[in-house]
Order: sequence, then C-alpha cells, then structure tokens
Amino acid sequence: MLVLTPILVPLVTALVCAWLPISRQRAVAVLGSLVHVVTATLLLSEVATHQALRLELGGWPAPFGIELVVDRLGATLTLLAAVMGAATFVYGLSDADPGPRAKTRIPLVYGLLAGVGGAFSTGDLFNLYVWFELGLVCAVGLLALACTRRSLEATFKYFVLNVLGTLLFLIGIAYIYATTGHLGFGALRQAALHEDGSRWAALVAVLVLASLVKAGAFPVFSWLPAAYHTLSAPVVGLFAALMTKVGVYTVLRLMGDVFPTAPGLMNTALAAVAIPTMIIGVLGAAHHWDIRRILAFHSASQIGYMLLGIALGTVSGYAGTLVYVVHHAVVKANLFLVAGMIHRTTGSFDLRRCGGLFVARPWLAVIFGLSAMSLVGLPPSSGFWAKFGIVRETIVLGRFAWTGVVLGVGVLTLYSMMKIFFEAFWKKAPDGARMPSGPTGLGPAYLVTGTLALVSLGVGLWPEPLLDWARSAFVDHNLATATEGLP
Amino acid sequence: MIWWLAVGVAATMSAGIYLLLCRDMLRCIIGISLVGAATNLVVFASGWTRGHAVTTPPFVPDDATVLSGAANPVPHALVLTAIVIGFALVCLSLVLVLEIVQQQGSTDSDQLRDAEPPMDEHGKPAILDDVSPWDDVARAERAD
Repeated sequence: MLVLTPILVPLVTALVCAWLPISRQRAVAVLGSLVHVVTATLLLSEVATHQALRLELGGWPAPFGIELVVDRLGATLTLLAAVMGAATFVYGLSDADPGPRAKTRIPLVYGLLAGVGGAFSTGDLFNLYVWFELGLVCAVGLLALACTRRSLEATFKYFVLNVLGTLLFLIGIAYIYATTGHLGFGALRQAALHEDGSRWAALVAVLVLASLVKAGAFPVFSWLPAAYHTLSAPVVGLFAALMTKVGVYTVLRLMGDVFPTAPGLMNTALAAVAIPTMIIGVLGAAHHWDIRRILAFHSASQIGYMLLGIALGTVSGYAGTLVYVVHHAVVKANLFLVAGMIHRTTGSFDLRRCGGLFVARPWLAVIFGLSAMSLVGLPPSSGFWAKFGIVRETIVLGRFAWTGVVLGVGVLTLYSMMKIFFEAFWKKAPDGARMPSGPTGLGPAYLVTGTLALVSLGVGLWPEPLLDWARSAFVDHNLATATEGLP
Repeated sequence: MIWWLAVGVAATMSAGIYLLLCRDMLRCIIGISLVGAATNLVVFASGWTRGHAVTTPPFVPDDATVLSGAANPVPHALVLTAIVIGFALVCLSLVLVLEIVQQQGSTDSDQLRDAEPPMDEHGKPAILDDVSPWDDVARAERAD
C-alpha cells in the first residue's frame, strides 16, 4: 500500500482541490503536501530497513503484469518531489506569487506531482510512458493557464518538443518489446544479462534520446529557456526542481540499472551530449539579464553535469549523479523562488531595473548568496560535494579533458551568479526603481527559501549520510537485488 | 505483410515530419498527430504480422500450442492506451493553437517572438516587461 502513496496522495489531493473553491484550495494543498512528505518519508525508511518495495498491480505476477517498484533511487527522488511540492505550496501562501488565481492551478500542480511520483515508482516501461504523458498534460495546462500571448507561445514550444520526445519514447518501447517480449524493468534486466544485451544498444539509444528531450540536453533543450520564465514563481520553482529530473532519472535508470550491459560507445555518446549541454547552457546564461532566463539556461547547463556522471559508467558516477540531482533540485528551485521575491520587492526580473537589495533586504541577500554559492560549488555547500563526486571520478578514470570542462563551466557559473549578486543586490537601485513602502507579505516565502538554503548548507557541512546513501542505491539495493528470483 | 507495414509507417512518418517542420502552426499539429499515428503502427507491428509472430502471446497453457497466426494481445492494449492519450493531446493542442491564432492573427510560427524577444540594437537581450502581480490578480478575479 505504501508503494502506491507517491501516486495516490497527489491524485486524491488533486481531485479534492478540484471540488473546492479557490479560497479553501490553498489550505488543502498545504495539508496534502504535508501528507505527501510524511508518506514519502515512511516509504524511504521502509526501503532503508528492508529491500525495495514491490507491488504487482491486479495480482498479475512479475514478468506479465505491471509492477510498481520503489528502490532506494526511486524512494529518494519521491521524497525529493514531495518536499519540493510542499515548498511550492507554502511559498504560494505568500504575496510573491503573482500567478493567475485560476481554480485549476493547484489541481494541475498535484497532477504534475502524481505524474512525477508515478514515473519514480513504476517498474514498467510502458507505464513510465503513461506517467510521462500525465506530467506533460499537466505541465501544458500550467503553462497555458495565464492565457497571455507570451505564455501560450511558451506552451506551444514546450508542447511540440516534449510530445515528440514522448512519441520517440513510445517507438523505443515498441522496438524493445518486439525484440525482448518484456516491458518490466526486472525482466528486461534479466534478459539483458542472460542474452547478448549489447546488441540492443541501438534500441536503448532511442529510449535514452527520448529521455534526453525531457531532460533538456543540448540539441533538444530549447523548450526549457523558452518556457520557464513565463511561469509564476512557485510553479517555476517546482518545474526547475522536477521536470528535467524525470528525464535524468530515466536515463540513469535505463543505463545504470536496466541495461547495464550497454556497450561503452553509449557512454561516450552520452558524454558527447553532456559536454556541449554544459557549455552552451552556461554561455546562454552569460548573455541574459533577466534573472529567470539566466537561471533557466543554467538549468540546462547543470543537466550536463548529471548526464556526465551517468556517462562515466561507474557506480561512483551514478551515485554522483544522484547526489547532483538532489542538490540541484533544492538549490535551483530555491534560486527561482528567490527570483520571485526579488520581483515582488523591486517590481522587475530584469537586472538592469533592480538593485539596492543588499541594503533593503539583507536576509534575502544571505539566502541568495548561500544558494548561488551552492550552485557554483564552493566548499561549505551541497554543490561542492555534488561536483566533487563527479570531478573525482573523471580524474580516477583518467578523463582529464572532462575534468577541465567541468571546472571551466564552474567558473562561468560563478560569473553568472556574481552578475546577479552585483546587479540585484550590490549596486545602487537605478533611477525610477520602486520599492514597496508597506509590508511585502513575504513571510512564508522567507520561511521556505531560508529552509532550503539551510538544507543545502547542512548537506555541505555533513555530507556523509547522503553520499553513502547514494552509493548504496547503486551497490546492493538496486533493481538487481529487488528482482532476484524472477524467472 | 511486415514490409507493407514498414512502407506505411515510413510514409506516414515522413509526411508527419514534413508537416511538423512547416512554419504554419496548424500544419505542425497535424504533423504531430501523423507522427503519433505512425508510432502507433510501430507498436502495433510489435505484436503480430501475418506469417511472422514477432512476439508470442504471454499466456499459453502448458498443454497448448500457439495457434498459427495468433496475435499477441499486449501491444494491442498498448496501442489503445496510446491512441486515447494521443487523441486527447491533439485536441488540447488544437485549442492551444486556435487561441494563439486568435490572439496574434496569424498561424506563422516565426511570429512567436513574445516569450523570446529579439535583441535590442546594442546586442543586449530585450527587457521582458512583466505584468505586475497586482494587475494579474485583478484580471484573474474578474475572470472568476
């Protein structure tokens, strides 16, 4: 039953909220997100003490029916999704939320959370496609909600690229099924180990390419910077935390867990995608002056780091990617949420129009500084350990060119973060900039962003549990042990 | 039979991709639905074609043999799911494009420069004027 909660809790909350008037929706949304966090924590502790949890839906035994499998990887990301959902809804209680007060917004956000939770907890390839589609439809709804020219345009760009991605995924599923006769992760893994799985490399590559569209990797990432900045602050925080991570999770699951026999050529190809993603993303960010667009391009850049960790093809690389996913979801969402607060305080997202916040809002500067430091990867922050894991593994494997790119992109990231800090916080407010005289109603927003910044700092000061946990997710608690004894 | 299916998939897919690459947004949506149809054919083909049981049905009792030419029903179920999802997505996207066309007065996707405006004369990115939060709230309340 616990296995179903990542899907059931958001779905039930979405349905309940859909019936309620807007005035009551927010309270129910926060309550639902608390339940979501509690059940996800229970799930994580259950997975930590026992093996992976499995549920055969409809009572069909494993290789035939659809199975839900939550292992350490899935449970970690489920908890991450629940926590970021809660952060979004608490932040939404503040006045930093300029989004359209539409009745459908909170149910759509919960639909998105259900799609993400389903993707993290399913053990079946076709079922994963269905959760992709649920997430996609809800994301399209959220993007189109404002119904302005800008948001509809962003919706169109997002929709076309992502639908192509899911269709490509479906083609990959058809090929895999025609070749192996299996759709379940466990059965596919057994088949890949016992038969010559390396000849399926081209088929797995189709699935990975489709996931890369979702992840926002280099040649196919253009939906990301076109769409993110049209969303309202709390929703863009959730998008930044989860949308691309579903794609990264799928690549990690496919290459690290389900098809471990994929030839090394695939890892090289993935690195050839990851490195341009890192460089192009960070260069795009350097060009822009709108805080949201800077952060959106950085999202693409950071996806490159996660993909590079998978491309290393070792347990340490996979663990590094998992740590990076957790770190990046928290930190990038926090930066987007802080951007919303900057907008509420100065009236603009554009760095040329805001300034003087270091004097006016010193605590906001501290929260931003901590998160920005973490994104760059400076020592007492979670970003340092996330990057350290990947840099160390590139050196261990002798890929010194990759090490150079990782460190160089880190310097350019520092440049963008310094730009935001100097322009929005350090310089004097430009002429004609307005500051609200009365209270800004940002209490819940400070609570959320402050907590997330402390989480990042806490992980930076005490990284051992997360690093060990991430490693264990790929050593003895992965799908292999969860599916032992299958025919 | 498998070759006829392959030719059909290839034709549908290339027509879909051709339309998808058009500047016209409505053609683009029709292209997506054609690519979706070709995808469904691929999934369908993974189950059965005459003379070639690509995959055998998963449930066959021990004392029985697979009928010659029997279809594997699993891909059919998959195709049904995919058709339903695809239909909903195409409807949704048609409404989306109609709304865009009504707001901007043309179906030309080159004119979609509102979210990503071109650079100004100094080569710097243009400032995105944001709807102030308070206006937006007022508008949404009117809409209720």
